[in-house]
Amino acid sequence: MSRLKGFYVYAAAVALLPILFPDNYFVTVVGATILLNVILAVGLNLFIGYAGQISLGHAAFFGIGAYSSAVLTTRFELNAWLAMLVGLGLVYVVANLVARPILKLKGHYLAMATLGFGIIVNIILVQESSWSGGPDGLGDIPTLSLFGFEIDTDLRWYGTIAFFSLAAILVSLNIIDSRSGRELRAVHGSEFAAQMMGVDTVRTRTNVFVLSAMFASLAGSLFAHQQAFVSPESFGFGFSIEIVTMVVLGGMASTFGAVFGAIVLTLLPETLVVFEDYEMLIFGGILMGGMIFMPQGLFVFLTQKIRALLHRRSAPSQKSQDAQKTLECDS
Amino acid sequence: MTILQAVNLDKHFGGVAAVTDLSFSVTEGEIYSVIGPNGAGKTTLFNMLCGYYVPNGGSITFAGKDLAGMETHQIAAQGISRTFQNLQVFYNMTVLENVMVGCHMRTHTGLIKAALRLPSVIREERQVREWSMEALELCGLEHLADREAGSLPYGELKRLEIARALASDPKFLAMDEPAAGLNDTETVEMRQLIQRLKERGITILLVEHNMGLVMQISDRVLVLGFGCLLAEGTPQEVQNNPAVIKAYLGEDV
Amino acid sequence: MFDQIIQFLATGLSIGSTYALVGLGFAIIYNASGVVNFAQGEFVMLGAMSAVGLLGAGVPYPLALLVAIVIVTLVGFSLNKFAIEPARGASVVATIIITIGASIFLRGAALLIWGKDIFSMPAFTGDEPIQIGAATVVPQNLWIMGITVGLVIGVRYFFDKTLIGKAILACSCNKTAAGLVGINVKLMLLTSYGLSAAIGAVAGLLIAPIAFTSFDAGTMLGLKGFSAAILGGMGSSMGAVAGGLVLGVLESLGAGLISSGYKDAMAFVIILAVLFFKPSGLFGFKSVDRV
Repeated sequence: MSRLKGFYVYAAAVALLPILFPDNYFVTVVGATILLNVILAVGLNLFIGYAGQISLGHAAFFGIGAYSSAVLTTRFELNAWLAMLVGLGLVYVVANLVARPILKLKGHYLAMATLGFGIIVNIILVQESSWSGGPDGLGDIPTLSLFGFEIDTDLRWYGTIAFFSLAAILVSLNIIDSRSGRELRAVHGSEFAAQMMGVDTVRTRTNVFVLSAMFASLAGSLFAHQQAFVSPESFGFGFSIEIVTMVVLGGMASTFGAVFGAIVLTLLPETLVVFEDYEMLIFGGILMGGMIFMPQGLFVFLTQKIRALLHRRSAPSQKSQDAQKTLECDS
Repeated sequence: MTILQAVNLDKHFGGVAAVTDLSFSVTEGEIYSVIGPNGAGKTTLFNMLCGYYVPNGGSITFAGKDLAGMETHQIAAQGISRTFQNLQVFYNMTVLENVMVGCHMRTHTGLIKAALRLPSVIREERQVREWSMEALELCGLEHLADREAGSLPYGELKRLEIARALASDPKFLAMDEPAAGLNDTETVEMRQLIQRLKERGITILLVEHNMGLVMQISDRVLVLGFGCLLAEGTPQEVQNNPAVIKAYLGEDV
Repeated sequence: MFDQIIQFLATGLSIGSTYALVGLGFAIIYNASGVVNFAQGEFVMLGAMSAVGLLGAGVPYPLALLVAIVIVTLVGFSLNKFAIEPARGASVVATIIITIGASIFLRGAALLIWGKDIFSMPAFTGDEPIQIGAATVVPQNLWIMGITVGLVIGVRYFFDKTLIGKAILACSCNKTAAGLVGINVKLMLLTSYGLSAAIGAVAGLLIAPIAFTSFDAGTMLGLKGFSAAILGGMGSSMGAVAGGLVLGVLESLGAGLISSGYKDAMAFVIILAVLFFKPSGLFGFKSVDRV
């Protein structure tokens, strides 16, 4: 099925890597982090890329998932998978509650509201140290186990997270190529026209917000068990920005753009470490440069260039869309 | 049989009275045009019909149901669709996908079913494609199905909006200046398209400035001036109405 | 208890003045170019850090302050010239990422130049506490409030009475029309970024003697300044100033009377409240979409 072409390529790549490079820290540990970020980016991409919204606070949902798993398994000795489900349920409730007032906003106001929400959640995690462990975090989180099979090696974690990342991508692809996907993109294209076609745009935006939050929660729970330790630092404004950057820099409205963004943005700090003190400076520079010169994202930019090279013809849509818009201004 | 009834509609924005005490009714299956100079309240009327504006007074009843308090998507579910004066095309999708959005109300797949891609979803997708291609064919756009909507010229985009609205299988179509910006040939094609829509049994509410088009295809015409009803009747009656002539051409001194 | 509240008010007005200046900087750039400048806080930080660096190099105090302001103004020009202008037609999301990237870039530069240390700066006229009624303040607090008032009046005069100020306002209303009547839109935008940066630098110089400074001191300050601008209403410069003062006072009262741990959360709870109930802020305008 050509529809899932990309998915199969991704699945093959993910499966082959640890085979081609056995016992490689880079593949299993850094790879696992990449795969975790894939889940986050693909989920957020549905909200930002396809539905055309913005969220600068998604690390909060990542954190709620992580802390739910951490607290329930350490203090209440709940089964890890159940704790994960509780985390998902909690995020479902919180995201729905938060969505009602927040999603009435657009553009900068929405950005700011999500930012505020994210920071408030982070501050709560720091302040409520009686259950959260405060700024020092929460450790000794037990690992996941599947039918008695403990997931306690790097390779097993790689495999587990890879599985969930595949599920996330598949779900995203299925949704996009369906009535729901068109609903999202219609809301992005013209909210009023979408409403006129019978789309309850408020419900649509709420649902995609909640869905992307649940992706983040799942990733958070996996993260908590993998690291066996959580602290509020990992769930702040900085990380929210990182996830948004993965989506935007990778390529919006493209599941594999988000995957690509996750890969690039996870590897970038690893490579930038070489530059030591210049790391932050260069990272900031790349963000700016990337968005200025490739606003449609790295993935779309590269695929367009490759396509142009193969067909010796430039993509007409962007230019004629601009021309179209100019026409409308004049008329 | 009356399909749409507006009674004593009032709409003002601050001190500006956009629509005042407006009453009219549209018969099922007819082409009912609304004309009037700019600022006469035509688009305000449209936006009230679609739930975008809430009337300050009066009511709108469609097929016996009072539309008061309904959200736009609920009004759409009653069988009303619309095209826009300032194009509201989904530029981020292909031509076919634009029209497929039109089929939204005829299908049921939600997020969960879509995520799992159940067989019912695949069946529905096939059906939606069929319906959409049909709508595109009626509007003469089927050969452009897979093009990015943004690459289409203006005249075809206007027809795309119609195809999209058509895909929702509406009982009633409100068209906001469909001939605006079209040249003579395109206007003739638009007139023929509107005619085909009427033949399918769709009631049409038309706002237009192109008098030739209006007088040729309308069954009845409503003339608005300063938000008030100036005249209503057949194209013949309206053309000969002294109040209308005065509003458009002035009086003999 | 009452005395305590007076003290909190005094502290609140002082810190609120800083928020007011940062918010004013946000509002100026937003009004002129429609961009929310997430790097605004970095202007504040760079103002303070540059002064500290210059003082350390032996530059006399008043000159160091002046040169610091000039340096940051140049940074403001550069931000506009190299990051904002090339991305003129970009979407809201893209512009947000660009300014966030700029803020990270500037923070990275500060880290590179001055390291991770925390620096203090001598106050303008010493730090003998002064008793005003029930409140104890240091001279720096008075400088902060006084200079803020002066700056705000100056900025108000600039936009109301000078030609350049009005030209900038024209650009914010309608760039095309402004260009058509002969206004050099690019230059006006450049000026507004420079002005915003300068105001940010002044805010940094004012607060550094009290609150210390380091390479990442700008982040929270920037976010709170942004909150002030939203509280006041994004379309209104004076609203941002009022928003800053209100925010500072509420934060101080909240920290003193309720809980100091949640002090930072105060600003964001306020923004959420404003955004939920009156997004146009205390003094801003509603915008309507034309369909």
